[in-house]
This record gives sequence, structure tokens and C-alpha cells, in this order.
Amino acid sequence: MASNEEILAGLAEIVNEETGLAPEAVELDKSFTDDLDIDSISMMTIVVNAEEKFDVKIPDEEVKNLKTVGDAVSFIAGAQA
Amino acid sequence: MARKVVITGLGATTPIGGDVPTMWKNALKGVSGAHTLTEDWVEKFDLPVHFAAKASTLATDVLSRVEAKRMDPSTQFAVVAAREAWKDSGIEEIDHDRLAVAFATGIGGVWTLLDAWDTLREKGPRRVLPMTVPMLMPNGPAAAVSLDLGARAGAHTPVSACASGTEALHIGLELIRSGKADVVMAGGAEAAIHPMPLASFAAMQALSKRNDSPETASRPYDISRDGFVMGEGAGALVLEAEEHALARGARIYGELAGTAVTADAYHITAPDPQGLGATRALKAALFDARALPEDVVHVNAHATSTPVGDKPEYTALKAALGDHVNNVCVSATKSQMGHLLGASGAVESVLTVLAVYHRLAPVTINLENQDPEIPLDVVTGTPRELPEGEIMALNNSFGFGGHNAVVAIRSTGPKVELPS
Repeated sequence: MASNEEILAGLAEIVNEETGLAPEAVELDKSFTDDLDIDSISMMTIVVNAEEKFDVKIPDEEVKNLKTVGDAVSFIAGAQA
Repeated sequence: MARKVVITGLGATTPIGGDVPTMWKNALKGVSGAHTLTEDWVEKFDLPVHFAAKASTLATDVLSRVEAKRMDPSTQFAVVAAREAWKDSGIEEIDHDRLAVAFATGIGGVWTLLDAWDTLREKGPRRVLPMTVPMLMPNGPAAAVSLDLGARAGAHTPVSACASGTEALHIGLELIRSGKADVVMAGGAEAAIHPMPLASFAAMQALSKRNDSPETASRPYDISRDGFVMGEGAGALVLEAEEHALARGARIYGELAGTAVTADAYHITAPDPQGLGATRALKAALFDARALPEDVVHVNAHATSTPVGDKPEYTALKAALGDHVNNVCVSATKSQMGHLLGASGAVESVLTVLAVYHRLAPVTINLENQDPEIPLDVVTGTPRELPEGEIMALNNSFGFGGHNAVVAIRSTGPKVELPS
């Protein structure tokens, strides 16, 4: 079980790997599309990598609800519980 | 009168140089880009061929990590070469609706395809990355170059095996002559030094098995030639309508005076032993260039170093040029960099353009005992000076499927000295 801080740090690493964005830029209130400029293909890549890293399932229909980094952290934390 | 098309920019990433100046310097010197492969898969799969001519500069050292991640290695090479050619052309402002791309590949994104297949089998469909299809599609290099340059007058992908890169110039010439574009980024890219294509080409006895001496394995025209050496990389040429180039005061390397493409309709892999398709392509390219055999001073030959391939090309050159074939000096540059498959025609066209621009034909290495059935005047040892005045050089490429592509490059001079 990872803490929310660990999930955020892990997500930031995945986002950095995919987009080159600095990990510090990946903050809880940031929108994936509007703030981080992540397109749908990159988003799906991030989702797949997050599933592997945190050993969770993130259903495709759930992905559209993950608007901010905080949404993703909460979902992963919930899915791990 | 058809629009004249000139060449104003060159780019390349190859086994003997990661950019045009390095490649050209080595092509004149005569170095081999073939080396023993150190990858663990050579032993793992017990491949019969242990060597290849890998690109001398990693594309991932030139591109940013993030842009490279979204590209198959073939597309990475294409973007590296196209950026060099674009910069070299000096074009700063352009109507992007009049800029097209014709970028070839022989095989396409084979690394991406097979990596994704491994992932599917080992980890399941969820782990197959969403970028897989755009990365493996054969139009990936053309599409990436179009995106990179903002080229909106169409992005074309000729796929004709080892003739692909030369066919890209044929398409580029037609696009400009027909008025559909003013500038075309033409080229070819390949990245197929992967165990599966190596195993497959070896299975058909097309590859040299000179495992104990990779540097001397590619030996076009030599009596002991035993197959080609797989290479990788990309070449790119900026083709430009002459009036467009003159209006911006561009440096002009030469004229893409004529091109031709024919098909053997003889056998899926074997060349027509009489070289009839190649002969027709050579004659058609000369006609297209409004040139006579006597105008030709130099040929960059396809010459892959296979026992069956090198001779029909000679037969075709003789049929197309007649006795003048004896006055033409021939460079077989695959002796140095191996066979870049779908990129070979583009890279060799870059070399052909440089040969007429600098009036120097690059050297052929590893020719020790010339096959008496191929009595061509092959440039060995030191580069050959080409004559002054108006000259023409040809670049030939032939591919599995019976594809024949020829381009004719004209230079009116004067000779441009190499920078010291």
C-alpha cells in the first residue's frame, strides 16, 4: 500500500517519462489536459504504466473522470484499499 | 517546358557517419561501418550472421528522450536526417501548403511491431501501448517528418523494398513538376537490424556470413562476394523548384534532372538475369533528363555484394549506356556502409549529389579480385576526380518485388572544393 504522497511521486515519475515534464510540475490540482497538456494517447500510456506500477486496474470508462492529478491519486489509493 | 527541380539540402545518418559531412569524409576515405553485433540476441537465437552495419550515431543521442519515445527507430532516423537536410537548405520562410514529403521505408516499424507482440504474449493486451500502431505503420517516417516541418502538401510513403529511397526522389520530382508542391523533403529510412529480419534474410541466403571479418564482408564485384551486409539509417534531400530556389538565393548542389521507375514482372526476389527492367529504368531516366549516355560520368551502383545481384546491373548499364559504359566510373558504396534497404537509395542519392557537386566519386572498398564478368571501371583506393563542365551521375536501386528505380543528377559546375 502506497501513501498518497508516494502515489503522487510515482505518477510524477510516469508523467515525466512520458512527456518530459518536470516531476515538480505534477501537482494534485493540475489538470492533465489543460495544465499539463497531455493528449489522450499519452494519458492512456500513463494509465497503463500506473496500473503496472501500483498494481491496480483503472477501467477505460474511469479514465475520463480522472481530470486532475489529484483525481488519479485518489482513484489509485481507493483501488489499492 | 517542365519545371526544373534542384537539390538544395542534404541530410544523412548512416553506419559511416551520423551527419553528411562525416559520412562524406569517410566515403572518400573508404571505411567500413560493419562490426560484430554485441547484442545478447545474436547468441540467444543462434543467428547464422553475427554482424551488421549499425548507425554510427544513436538517434536517441540527437533527439530528445520524449520525442524519441513516440517514434520507431526508423522514424527517429528519418527525423534526424530530415532536420539536417532542412537546416542545410537554409529555408526560413515557406508556404507550408506548398511543402510536401516523400519519405520511404522498406520494412517499416519492425522493432515496434515485434516488441508489441512480445508484450502482448508476455503481459496481455492491456500492456500494449496506445502509440503502437502509429509507431509501426510504414508511413510513420513520412508522417513524423511532415509534422516536424509542417509540410501540408501531402506526405507520401513509397514502399518498394530496396528501391524505396530512390523511388521517393521520383515521387518528389513529379510533385514539383506537376505543380503540386514547390519544395519536397524526400528520403528514406530503415531500422531493421533486429533478429527476425536478420534470420529471414539469412534464410534466403541473401546475407554475407563472413562472421570472422565483418569489415571485409561487403565486397561488391569481388569474385568472393557472398551476400549483403545489413545496414541502417536514413538519407534526406530537399528538392526544390528551381525558380523557388533562385528567388531565395539558395545554394544549389545539382539538378534532379530525371527519374524512372520500372518493374521486372519476372520473379519476386531474383533479378531478371538480363537486367531488362533495370535497362528500361536507366533508359527512361536518361530520357526523362533529356540526356544521352555520353553525358553520364559516374554511377553510384546498387551493387549489394550478392552473387546473383551485381552482374545483371552491369548487363543493364551496358545495354543502356552502350560502349560508353567503359568511360563511366562506378562507386559501390554499400561496400562501406552495408545495405540500408529502404534507406539505401536516399543515402546513395546524397552521395551521388555530393559526387557531382565536389567532382569526386567515393571509393569502393574490399574489391580484391574483380569478377571478370563485371568489367566495370570501379573506383577503389582513392576518390576519382570527375570532369569539369556539365556532367551527369546516376544512382540505381533495385528491390525485391522486381522494383527498379534510377535517378539522374546533373551538375553544371563549377567544382565546389571541400572545406578543409
